Amino acid sequence: MSVDVPARSAVASPPALTKDRPLTRPRPSRATGRRRLGPGRPVRYGWAVGPVLLFALWAAGSAAGLLDPRALPAPWTVAATAGDLIADGRLQNHLLTSARRALLGLLFGVAAGVLLALVSGLSRVGEALVDGPVQIKRAIPSLALIPLLILWFGIGESMKVITIALGVFVPVYIHTHNGLRAIDNRYVELAETVRLGRTAFVRQVVLPGALPGFLLGMRFAVTAAWLALAVVEQVNATSGIGYMMELARTYGQTDVILVGLVVYGLLGLVSDGLVRLVERRTLTWRRTLAG
Amino acid sequence: MASHPGRLSPAVVRIEDLVRSFDGRRVLDGLRLTIHDGEFVALLGRSGSGKSTLLRALARLDHDVRGDGLLTAPDNVSVVFQDARLLPWKRLLENVVLGLDTPDAQERGRAALAEVGLAGRERAWPVELSGGEQQRVSLARSLVREPRLLLADEPFGALDALTRIRMHALLRTLCARHRPAVLLVTHDVDEAIALADRVVVLEEGRIAADLTVDLPGAHRTGGPDHARLRARLLAHLGVDLTGHEPDGGSGDETADGPRGEYEPAHERVRDTEEIPA
Repeated sequence: MSVDVPARSAVASPPALTKDRPLTRPRPSRATGRRRLGPGRPVRYGWAVGPVLLFALWAAGSAAGLLDPRALPAPWTVAATAGDLIADGRLQNHLLTSARRALLGLLFGVAAGVLLALVSGLSRVGEALVDGPVQIKRAIPSLALIPLLILWFGIGESMKVITIALGVFVPVYIHTHNGLRAIDNRYVELAETVRLGRTAFVRQVVLPGALPGFLLGMRFAVTAAWLALAVVEQVNATSGIGYMMELARTYGQTDVILVGLVVYGLLGLVSDGLVRLVERRTLTWRRTLAG
Repeated sequence: MASHPGRLSPAVVRIEDLVRSFDGRRVLDGLRLTIHDGEFVALLGRSGSGKSTLLRALARLDHDVRGDGLLTAPDNVSVVFQDARLLPWKRLLENVVLGLDTPDAQERGRAALAEVGLAGRERAWPVELSGGEQQRVSLARSLVREPRLLLADEPFGALDALTRIRMHALLRTLCARHRPAVLLVTHDVDEAIALADRVVVLEEGRIAADLTVDLPGAHRTGGPDHARLRARLLAHLGVDLTGHEPDGGSGDETADGPRGEYEPAHERVRDTEEIPA
């Protein structure tokens, strides 16, 4: 204390500085505390505000005749077209074909991704064999392989499923492999001290530890599946949502194209929601405190 | 602790001329140590003195470490780490019985959880527990295996002071009941005195001091004998109380022997003497 006082007064005492004092006097009303730097409390249904506003603008623009119906038909036109397509069964048929392709591609892609991730994640030899080629494959966009795949497999269903699977397996492999490699070394030591065998170690420590990585990979994989689907269906197809949209383009049916886009959007949302549901169910051990 | 085991009880750990090197630096350098059945030994040492290396050697976790010497330790060793190291994706009971495949494993796991005061929490997830509770689960996981040797690597280092005192009492109770030999690595002199039958000080890869704690329970946390022992151990760790404590009390504590012995020991004192009661 006795050391502090002279030092402090030497700094604070010049009269010129004390003149500035009024700046620090308390401000009225609003400034009750320090200004908040974080974004503040969440807005209720905040996620819906943007989309609803956009939709309202679209509807208002169509009603006022500001939007050319050939470029962007009114929402109710799109809804009516969707109704017609469902009534004559075309939408369901196309949707079924598309869903089948996506699911098959996803199935093969996920299986390949997990299998390769296990081979390269659980042994050094496996990693040396597998990881390099996968990284090279990753550098080539899956969709750039389409010409080659058409030459190899023709333009039938197998080419489409393989293209989707190739797009799917990369994110599954990357994230699962990462999950396997990131298993904390402390858990490995623990497994050694309680003398877990190799199989028990993989089953009780490695696989559950890699599960969050795998599920993250799944979310990317689902997105990749729909992306590849949209592309292959517009390249060479005689059925499917993408074919329906491509056909509508040649006849200038913007409303049908919009129906296709809405369906793609819904598929993406629903499938991502499904993966997240699985995540919540299987990763309860992480979420208990978050509620 | 119960009565101090005499020199006649069989040795659980026998270490002779143990050498462990990292990058050419000898972390353990001709270390000798014997631990007897049911004996509670605290291992003190400054950071870098080789405490953890010794413990890892005993736990057989030191793969790829260059070394030499004789080391015999039982197969049935349990380790308590500084972090509780529970698998977050397993419920408490599954964590306790991890790797235990006897038919009565579940039953024993429940009993072990009850012993550490966590009965009824078998199905809880590790994230739901406080740090002290997690460390109690880790104790249960170690003791459910009825180890002959319990290795503990600063198990209470990450806990707050109050929890630590409670954990000391729990560990003493559990060890008195299960009677494993214990090697407790710590940097806390008070913890060592409070818990151990014997305190060894590791310095530059060797045992620099080996003192028997022959204090009755109440004197383990205070009193002149405690203070004397504490000062000696601190001196071995390079902390000279006489220089910094203004009150006369601690000056007395080191006045019972030639000064030189309590300086940071450059000459390696290997004393096995008893502390005068």
